[in-house]
Amino acid sequence: MRQRTVWVTGLFSAAAVALAVSTLACGGGSKEATTAEPAAAAGAAGGGGQKVDPATAGDVTGTVSLDGAAPKNEAIKMNADPVCLRENKSPQFQETYMVGPDGKTLANVFVYVKDGLGNYSFDPPTGNATIDQKECRYHPHVFGMRVGQPLEIVNSDPTLHNIHAMPKTNSEFNTGQPIQNMKTTHTFTAKEVMVPFKCDVHGWMNAYVGVLDHPYFAVTGADGKFSLKGLPPGTYTIEAWHEKLGTQTASVTLGAKETKDVPITFKAAAATN
Amino acid sequence: MLHRFATFVAACTAVLVLAGSLVTSTGSGLSVPDWPTTYGWSMFTFPPSKWVGGILYEHGHRLIASGVGFLTIVLAVWLWIAEPRRWMRWLGVSALGAVVAQGVLGGLTVLFFLPAPVSTAHAGLAEIFFCITVAIALFTSRGWIAGYGGSAEAGVDDRTLRGVATATAALVYTQIIVGATMRHTDAGLAIPTFPLAFGHIVPPVWTAKIAVHYAHRVGALVVLSAILATASHIWYHHRTRRELMRPATLLVLLVLAQIALGGLTVLSGRDMWINSLHVVCGALVLATSLVVALRSWRVRFADGEVARARAVRLQTDNRSWVRA
Repeated sequence: MRQRTVWVTGLFSAAAVALAVSTLACGGGSKEATTAEPAAAAGAAGGGGQKVDPATAGDVTGTVSLDGAAPKNEAIKMNADPVCLRENKSPQFQETYMVGPDGKTLANVFVYVKDGLGNYSFDPPTGNATIDQKECRYHPHVFGMRVGQPLEIVNSDPTLHNIHAMPKTNSEFNTGQPIQNMKTTHTFTAKEVMVPFKCDVHGWMNAYVGVLDHPYFAVTGADGKFSLKGLPPGTYTIEAWHEKLGTQTASVTLGAKETKDVPITFKAAAATN
Repeated sequence: MLHRFATFVAACTAVLVLAGSLVTSTGSGLSVPDWPTTYGWSMFTFPPSKWVGGILYEHGHRLIASGVGFLTIVLAVWLWIAEPRRWMRWLGVSALGAVVAQGVLGGLTVLFFLPAPVSTAHAGLAEIFFCITVAIALFTSRGWIAGYGGSAEAGVDDRTLRGVATATAALVYTQIIVGATMRHTDAGLAIPTFPLAFGHIVPPVWTAKIAVHYAHRVGALVVLSAILATASHIWYHHRTRRELMRPATLLVLLVLAQIALGGLTVLSGRDMWINSLHVVCGALVLATSLVVALRSWRVRFADGEVARARAVRLQTDNRSWVRA
């Protein structure tokens, strides 16, 4: 009986030591996490590989307007992190409804060619896409990139962030960046409109990226303008996406070396929670 | 001493349930992307200056869980050394196994981005572990060992009570699992109005989330009925039995508070504190219903156990740590 007691006590002690060792693993300091995935054939569209002839390419331009008064942007309280409070002296608001000076044009709208490119293939992009965490906000708030293009994620803040992407088609990832100026790189292997980003440490931070297999996309500024340059002749479906107002589509037929203007309007009443 | 320590472990586990519920209520489940490390640091050396935002809740939860894990090791060893009842020694082992499994589930749910089945299992096992700690505290109490009256024959022998009390505890646990499923499938506000559902008693539209949410509301009424049936039976038939009257009365008060908290959770748009208190109150309802059920079964435990346990109590009083 006494021998069994000793044996069992030893077993429990070993379990305690194992528990302690497992939780003390990798003690001290931080590890730079790299989440780079093998880059797919960057930017190549599916299909026969026909190249766009610049001699016949045209442009689709336009302005995204807002019909109605823009809802107020939600105020942000950064009390959860004293560093964020220190980095932002002025009141902070979400960037959900960013409008021009007259309140009629809409920014942060992702505009892209949704359909009509058929068998064209495109050169891979040069350079990286970038998203920066600065003053506890994502910069940019909405942007586009190519399939297989490296996305450089930067933490410019003197506090830690985690960058958590929540795609539906691509693989989800959640990377910690505890050190200022830390960089990690990620690539998306499939087209997807749109992939949301969030920071689980600072719940107010959010951003969106459109991942496409072609270069015809743009994000509107405060003037609501967009320009999709170098499109081959054809009939296209142009889609405009807004994080709360949903999507609007328009069809456009482009002749050789033609420039067509496609106005797009969102109704303010379409705003969802 | 053992009883007091076991009670302390159960109380700490209730605090852990609150800490865990705050993680989900604040959306902080993925604020620490790695496990078992914390942003590359050992969880015990992660600088407090970096416990910001959601990290405060998630990292705090992990630290409290580690503390409870350590206390459980001590409890399991103490039970193994000092308990004369073989099944109690193995109950301590099962508590240890449960808390280790719970830690692993917690890590897995983080590493796999909070899949609903794993998160729900983590919540369900948390309640089971809490029940084990409460049971250990109960089984080591003087009242239990004495058989609630001085001998096993003096205990309440009521087959109807055993049936209804056991069924009530099972229903409470089922309701908790439905609630956990609702939380971890983001269905907590699928019906944003209370007490009616979109102005009706039965929702006029159905989705999977609305169904889960509505099942939780219906479950609350079922649980309330079961608890009232149990309490009524005790109030009517066992009014003089304090070991049943007290927890039965407490159970009624807790379930009424729980229903109020559930309604307030919806009406407040899932305020983090109201939401978390609702989770903890649910755990207390479960624990109290378990105590009522176990005490209703006390008479069915062997007589010899009482004598052996008394001998241990005497020896413990005499500062002897050797099992009889």
